[in-house]
Amino acid sequence: MGQIKIVHPGLLTTIQDEGRYGYQQFGVPVSGVMDDFSYRVSNILVGNEEKEAVLEVTMMGPTIEFEEEGMISITGGDLSPMINGKSISMWRSIHVKTGDTLSFGAIKSGCRSYISFCGGIKTPIVMGSRSTYMKAKIGGLEGRALKAGDIVPIGEKIKNFSSRILPVKYIPQYEKEIEVRVILGPQEDAFTKEGIHTFLANSYTVTNECDRMGFRLDGEEIKHIDGGDIISDGINFGAIQIPGHGKPIVMMADRQTTGGYTKIANVISVDLYKIAQAKPKDQIRFKKVDIKQAQNLLKETNEKIEQIKEVTISQEIIKINKYIVKINGKSYEVKVEEIKV
Amino acid sequence: MYEQTKFLIAGEKAVVVEFGDEISEKINQKVRSMMIATKERNIDGIIEFIPTYRSLMIQYDPCKIEYETLLDNLKKIEKQLNEIDIPLPKVIEIPTLYGGEYGPDIQNVADHNHLSIEEVINIHSSKEYLIYMLGFTPGFPYLGGMNEKIATPRLKVPRTKITGGSVGIAGSQTGIYPIDSPGGWQLIGRTPLKLYDAYRKDPILLETGNYIKFVPIDEKDYKKVQEKIQNNIYEYKTYPKERNE
Repeated sequence: MGQIKIVHPGLLTTIQDEGRYGYQQFGVPVSGVMDDFSYRVSNILVGNEEKEAVLEVTMMGPTIEFEEEGMISITGGDLSPMINGKSISMWRSIHVKTGDTLSFGAIKSGCRSYISFCGGIKTPIVMGSRSTYMKAKIGGLEGRALKAGDIVPIGEKIKNFSSRILPVKYIPQYEKEIEVRVILGPQEDAFTKEGIHTFLANSYTVTNECDRMGFRLDGEEIKHIDGGDIISDGINFGAIQIPGHGKPIVMMADRQTTGGYTKIANVISVDLYKIAQAKPKDQIRFKKVDIKQAQNLLKETNEKIEQIKEVTISQEIIKINKYIVKINGKSYEVKVEEIKV
Repeated sequence: MYEQTKFLIAGEKAVVVEFGDEISEKINQKVRSMMIATKERNIDGIIEFIPTYRSLMIQYDPCKIEYETLLDNLKKIEKQLNEIDIPLPKVIEIPTLYGGEYGPDIQNVADHNHLSIEEVINIHSSKEYLIYMLGFTPGFPYLGGMNEKIATPRLKVPRTKITGGSVGIAGSQTGIYPIDSPGGWQLIGRTPLKLYDAYRKDPILLETGNYIKFVPIDEKDYKKVQEKIQNNIYEYKTYPKERNE
């Protein structure tokens, strides 16, 4: 597709891939996408390798002009994507023509959308990754969020690409009240029995302080035995820190590598997307699982991704029908594609 | 140091090997040894390590190695730690221009401790400081063991921009800012070395478990080293750290 032009950047649009690994021991955060499932699927839908760089869009989407025709897909939270002002479907490949404009409207569900481009985003690789880490100004485009006028290079597109649609059963739903599974530790013994109970029995509210680095939650105070400070140690994706004030902070993609607060539990990998798609005022409940369950769930998700690859690659559109449907006096144009699975 | 090393769970993709609950060189040496010994085994499925003051986080892919298997492996390595030959840590010399516009707070440090500027420089540059861990910003070293004689509280009003390479004191800690950043440390000098350069082959200069030694230089040397760094021809001066028993 050559390149795309950012007409309007939206609230926070960054280039991300799976993240920057191997440098945490030097204090360099991993960064990368917040919602791994949407990210991987978005690449599969345009025929990319799963780990190509994409755009991560936050709450208010960008306006993008295509300077060459190509294939894109949009997954994750529903921020009302449109091509030339007309709504388009998510979770499928979309053909765009030279001069087409992608824009977004209101948030319908979730918080973060992923835009993938057939051929992938081809900004320079910095320390093994294209992920933008704004604090250290690395990755992405000059280490910053996209701004109006930016030109983003896109790789070589695949020839004779046939469209791909994610079967509905695989599309995640983003709720305002979520249950997130956790494994207790590494510092669960820094809390009173009652403190652990409080954490697992109550619902916590996402506050306005939620970004790529972490989500501060509000709710019932979680009691420590002897304060919330520890000698700093390593922080994993999804670690739930409880500082002295007793309110949880869930550490996300841009988390610092080390920290000095007690960590009561860690969100399991396959549930991280729920937090990535949560907005202020959403409610989170934590449910305890053991490590065996978490590892099995991770394997299941990976198998699901493999299934998605198989199903979408072998899709073939047999028939396309267009209908005009009238609902409450308004008429809608409906396109039905029959696919062979 | 714990009598029995703890193996903690940090989600289904990381374990933490914790050797103690205090800041000590002995414990930190264990962390370093554990990391080197585990790396040598090349265990399939281990993604990366985060060594810190008193523990080592090991991140892994549970689809490649299950928790139980990894734990068995780590416990075996930990038991043999005293028998494994670990290379001596390195000391890296940090040429530092003290005082003047490069270290505008050195007079504060001297006044606070009733010392002369020369005494501050002598005390600060006479020790090998252990790099307990790197964090906070890419390449920022948490150093231990500064002489209490030059301990000075942070500035009351933090600076909005501190130049990368600045050497400072905060309480009884000393450190170097890898990149331009805001901060409240008392600045006593600056090194022309780049602790962090994302576009260099080894982006971060320092390594957890090694030591640094500040070496006072004058402005002429500062400019010389700076030029060599810019042209990529500077040769870092290192020597093995003698074992203190």
